[in-house]
Formats: sequence, structure tokens, C-alpha cells
Amino acid sequence: MSEAVSALNGASFDGFARVEETGLRGMITVRGDLASKEMAAAVRNVIGAAMPETRKVVFGKSGAVAWMSPDELLIMVAHGAAYEMVEALNAALAGQHALVVNVSDARAVFRVSGEGAREVLAKLAPVDLSPDAFGAGDIRRTRLAQVAGAFWANDDGSFEVICFRSVAQYVFDILRLSATQGGEVGHFS
Amino acid sequence: MLTLQCPYCGVHAEETELHAEGEAHLKRFGPGSTDDEFETYLFMRENPKGVHFERWRHSNGCGKFFHAARSTTTLEVFGTYPAQTLEPPKDIKDKISAKYPGWRWREFS
Repeated sequence: MSEAVSALNGASFDGFARVEETGLRGMITVRGDLASKEMAAAVRNVIGAAMPETRKVVFGKSGAVAWMSPDELLIMVAHGAAYEMVEALNAALAGQHALVVNVSDARAVFRVSGEGAREVLAKLAPVDLSPDAFGAGDIRRTRLAQVAGAFWANDDGSFEVICFRSVAQYVFDILRLSATQGGEVGHFS
Repeated sequence: MLTLQCPYCGVHAEETELHAEGEAHLKRFGPGSTDDEFETYLFMRENPKGVHFERWRHSNGCGKFFHAARSTTTLEVFGTYPAQTLEPPKDIKDKISAKYPGWRWREFS
């Protein structure tokens, strides 16, 4: 089997916040009735996580579960574990009107960390990023400058950003530009 | 700047996160309809000065279509509601009536 490579091979940048591509990550799109007890059981048994509420991300035993839309979840696991997770989820959702697809290589993932992380994203997305409005466990699908993307806040204060792989270089470049020394606005400090 | 609340994910999305998708509550006429009906369905649109009902899509977000009631003159938004409805909800109609007594838009008033 060929060796999987992430979009930007772990590129990183240090400005007033650190921007790095996190490398390969297993991603599974699940669509179906999120309110059904079968779906909740599948997520609980396979990922070890509770069903996320609207615009939340839940970190479970073997991965994270993010709310993407009223009928869509994004499950993030180790890259190598994605196929067996898909099988386990399909088995758990047998008979349900649901879709489970491994989309691991469709996206790029970036981590933005450091004091200014919040500000780096606030400059790029039309989202209220004040700490009161957007805290750990919140996820937001939005646009990053000119392309679609999403990000969530981790417990340690860092943010993780996902975008489609085809625009990975663009997103890395705007994150880098936004995090460049001298570009601090200081709005949240 | 127009800000609409997506009724599905609750986000107060500003205009650049959304995509305008034309008029709301269009009734489709396809195969089997008369030429007049089909022409009207394809081309004839409301272009009001005042109360208007539009379809929007939260394209850079949850991806869902929804409807919005707003005024084209003041940009006031009376409310947004899910697309799976055949007519605007009563509370939104009441809100419009309070501002624009006697308003009419297609078959709604």
C-alpha cells in the first residue's frame, strides 16, 4: 500500500501564535438522524463519546465527535484506525437510514496555539471569537477569508482548523499572514 | 451588513457566510404543466419595495437552506424559518403586520 502523506507535510510557522499542520488524521463523515437512540448508541459504543450538542465537539476515548449540521457528524480518529471505525459504525447503524464514509484524506488540519491564537482566527472568519462567546468544545463551520473551513477550541486554549485539502496551502498562508509578528491587534488581551 | 440567524444551527451568520438563493415559496411546475405555468415558474419573480420572502443557504456553515422574511427598503429582518414550510409562520406574519399593516406578498398577507 502506498504511504499516506498529509497536505503540507507538517509545515509550521511561528509568529505571535504558532501555526502548524498536524499531519494525518482519520476523519469519518456520518450522516443520519442525530436524535435517534441508535445513532447515540453507535457513537457511544464505537468512539466512547456522547452525542455532541449543536455546534459542539466532544472528545471521547478513541476520537473526537464534531457536530457539523443537524444531520451530520465528523468523527476524528487516528489515521490508521479510520477503516475499522467505519466498519464498526456501519455495523452499529445496520438497518438505520445513515451514511458512514471515510474521508480521512479529504482535508487538512492545522493547530493554532499560543497567546494570540484567538486573534489569528478572529481576523480571518466572521465569527464572534470573544472568550465568552467561543470557548473550549465549541466548533464553528464558517469561511476563512475566501474558502470554507471550520475550527474548534481545545481545552488547552489552542484551536484546530480544518479545510479541504485542495486549499490547504491557501489556508496555511492566510494563517501565517494573520499570525505574523507586528500584526497583533490585542483585542482579546 | 445583513445578519440572518440560521434556524438550523442557530448561528447569527453575516452575509458573507450565506448565499442568496432567490425567492422563497416557489411552487414548482414541471412536466405536464402548461407553458404559461412553466414560464411563470421559471421567470416571473416578485421584486417588491418592502416586505420580501427569500431563500438563503448557510453555504459556509451547516449547508442548510432556510427562508428569511425581511424588508428590502429598511433591511429589517422579521425572522428566519426552516425551508420545509409552505407558508411563513404566524409569528413572523404578525411581526410584519405590526410594521406594515395590510402588506401583501404573492398569496400571503
